[in-house]
Amino acid sequence: MVIEQEPAGTEDRPIVEMHGITIRFPGVLALDDVDFVLRPGEVHSLMGENGAGKSTLIKALTGVYAIDNGSITVAGESRIFAGTADAQAAGISTVYQEVNLCANLSVGENVMLGHEPRNRRGIDWKVVHREAARHLEHLGLRIDTRSTLSSHSIAIQQMVAISRAMVLDARVLILDEPTSSLDRGEVEQLFAVIRDLRDRGVAVLFVSHFLDQVYEISDRVTVLRNGKLIGEYLVKDLPRGELVTKMIGRELDELDAISTKADRAIDRTATPVLRAKGIGRRGVLEPADVDVYDGEVVGIAGLLGSGRTELVRLIYGADRPDSGHVEVNGQPAKLTSPRHAIDKRIAFSSENRHEEGVVADLTVAENIVLGIQARRGWRRRIRRSEQQVVVDNYIKALDVRPANPDQLAGNLSGGNQQKVLLARWLATAPRLIVLDEPTRGIDVGAKADIQRKVAELSEQGLSAIFISSELEEVLRLAQRVIVMRDRRKIGELDSREVDLDALIDYIAVGREGNAA
Amino acid sequence: MKNLVTHRLFWPLVALIALITINTATRPSFLSVTMREGQLYGSIIDILRNSAPLMLVALGMTLVIATRGIDLSVGATMAVSGAVALTIIDASPTPHEPSVVALAIVVAVLVSLVLGTWNGFLVSVLGIQPIIATLVLMLAGRGIALLITGGFITTVNSDPYKFMAQGYILGFPFAFYVSIVAIAVVALVERRTALGVLTEAVGINPKASHLAGVRSRGITWGAYIASGALAGIAGILYSSNIMAADANAAGLYIELYAILAVVLGGTSLMGGKFSIAGTVIGVFTIQTLISTITFLGVPPAASPVFMATAVIIVVLIQSRRVHRAARSLIRSLRSLGGSAAGDDASVRTAQAGSGSSGDASARDEKVTSR
Repeated sequence: MVIEQEPAGTEDRPIVEMHGITIRFPGVLALDDVDFVLRPGEVHSLMGENGAGKSTLIKALTGVYAIDNGSITVAGESRIFAGTADAQAAGISTVYQEVNLCANLSVGENVMLGHEPRNRRGIDWKVVHREAARHLEHLGLRIDTRSTLSSHSIAIQQMVAISRAMVLDARVLILDEPTSSLDRGEVEQLFAVIRDLRDRGVAVLFVSHFLDQVYEISDRVTVLRNGKLIGEYLVKDLPRGELVTKMIGRELDELDAISTKADRAIDRTATPVLRAKGIGRRGVLEPADVDVYDGEVVGIAGLLGSGRTELVRLIYGADRPDSGHVEVNGQPAKLTSPRHAIDKRIAFSSENRHEEGVVADLTVAENIVLGIQARRGWRRRIRRSEQQVVVDNYIKALDVRPANPDQLAGNLSGGNQQKVLLARWLATAPRLIVLDEPTRGIDVGAKADIQRKVAELSEQGLSAIFISSELEEVLRLAQRVIVMRDRRKIGELDSREVDLDALIDYIAVGREGNAA
Repeated sequence: MKNLVTHRLFWPLVALIALITINTATRPSFLSVTMREGQLYGSIIDILRNSAPLMLVALGMTLVIATRGIDLSVGATMAVSGAVALTIIDASPTPHEPSVVALAIVVAVLVSLVLGTWNGFLVSVLGIQPIIATLVLMLAGRGIALLITGGFITTVNSDPYKFMAQGYILGFPFAFYVSIVAIAVVALVERRTALGVLTEAVGINPKASHLAGVRSRGITWGAYIASGALAGIAGILYSSNIMAADANAAGLYIELYAILAVVLGGTSLMGGKFSIAGTVIGVFTIQTLISTITFLGVPPAASPVFMATAVIIVVLIQSRRVHRAARSLIRSLRSLGGSAAGDDASVRTAQAGSGSSGDASARDEKVTSR
């Protein structure tokens, strides 16, 4: 192995230097000549839209992907990682969004896994747990090390993962979307730990979609766009607007333009496109009514687990209701399976993109036409020429990137996968489209694209049910908002008459006085 | 060139060609085909003829595997099919009548189709795991076959039936035509309609396909029905070859060879993307291997070990990790000899290879665990 000795450095000598990193996937240049520098004792955020190359860069640094070009230097030593074990040996540890620990082992076992102190009779469990407790205490965590990991919240599990990284003597800690499932208090706790580690000289690489958190915790940011390096900046010198502009490469007042479109009057005297009366299922959802009119966007607001997903799944026939009935255009409709709903020109895009949305090993084109093909049945295959027209059309309309129909859908970023799904459903020419969390975990640019498309289509007469955890989004797009709590519909609001605070209040305490 | 190497049938083909090359090298007569009394003779012709039952079964298996399933009952189905056909012919006063044989074949294939339907019902409607669902018939099927033949090995004398496996048309064995027709029908139905891509969608992501409106139950069910029917035809060919319905020996272990053929052809046992052409290549690879064993005179006791060794080598030839390791080995050798002028990689590799120590480390191995 070649060892390049750096000239005696300043105290700011980087722990990680990546130069000219290039990674190619079939059909995509995921990273194009990217430089990245990480210094000890800093929290460094990696920013970019989905598909910008953030995860790819992290995976190059953690040895998951091999690099096609470029060099990685850790602590002045040039490295070639043949696997994650190599990266770990070099002092690089990663804590992923979905914690990658052994949920069925105890906390102590997880912390010390592979580094268990031994005595003559094998592993000395007493010492294992004592050591684990010591490491956890370093992070201000006092929990029973003999308790099962899965009995703790995701936040605690993440802390456990971090202490495990410390056991491995990590000099570089990578936190990939660590806060996406944490509540405010837990985020504070995590940040306290991060700050402590930083002060002890650990280099922390932080990735998050939450701008607030990036500004709160990081010292420096590196911005990527479309696989290329845009630049490295000190957080204190970079106003938010500028950061967002660098990430998406265009000004973003487009979201505001969308909101004006939602302020339309909807004709509610006509027959509704969809009318669900008392639809429910024991133990899942109390019976609820839903009406959706022509060209209307109905938002569903509520916390996770409030029954918003359950409601639309029952309407669509993905799950079987045990009460109530559904009318489509005034006609009673038995929607007992997705097929029936699709035949009635109702489309449903699940919140679970990976498991219930994209077919990863099929191409973008095949994914887009899947809905039409399913509706036609297997005997009448969509001709290539026909497919091409549809696919090109939607790739352009929704700005799917890369604009390559033969790309495997699984290789796309989250935002682009979501666009492909939207295309699949729009291609079936629905009267009503149900979108469950279509913008979750995707970047600002793709979010704007999707919202704009929904607003545009509803103006042309498409009806939609729009579910999102981001209430601003719901208020921006919907004319009417159904509020759910504890698996029950608690009311309906006219979105022109409420603001964000009122909506939050309603979700929290259900002030009936506001009901429209 | 790059496109050629990355094509997914490239390595399966390389394995087959390598096998044929080895055979030809050790036995120059391997490729020779002679004409005697209007019939073609030669090892290749034997392979074409003998591979027919496995070909049919493997085609069905490909479809089942594409739906994330597996069909262990194909061997037993073959036994049932042969038993049904021979019992009908045996019971007939005119076993040489083509209409009797035709009836026997149609009934046998229909019975197999029913068995496939049963499997499909267990899997797609009752949601039983495919390996368990088809295990039922795998164990029970041979018993059913024995019941049909009354516990005996039924033997018949029927020229039209004998023709199925042993007859020739235009010099080629009739069984080979059956293979060709089956391949063509399966390929056309899967790829000319949308059945293939819908099957793949169901295999890759059943939930997403269901929500997208794909009739996943019907597609899965259909795959098992097709597998049953194809196994039924294979059972006809097998029993015609020995002119007997041997419930215990018919199609023994063929499910395993069929799975192997499918996998050698590049279709993943995880379901999803499948390749008919790959399966065809896989079947020929296995049949060539079997014929190699016979020809080399490997003693029967040693032949399973020989077979296993050959299979391991073939699988390694196709392994992506092995390719990657080989590629990076070549690269590291090349970079060691990097100072050498000229672009000829092989020259450089040779130079570096001779001069390199253990320093050409495996650390250069490229691992992409995606």
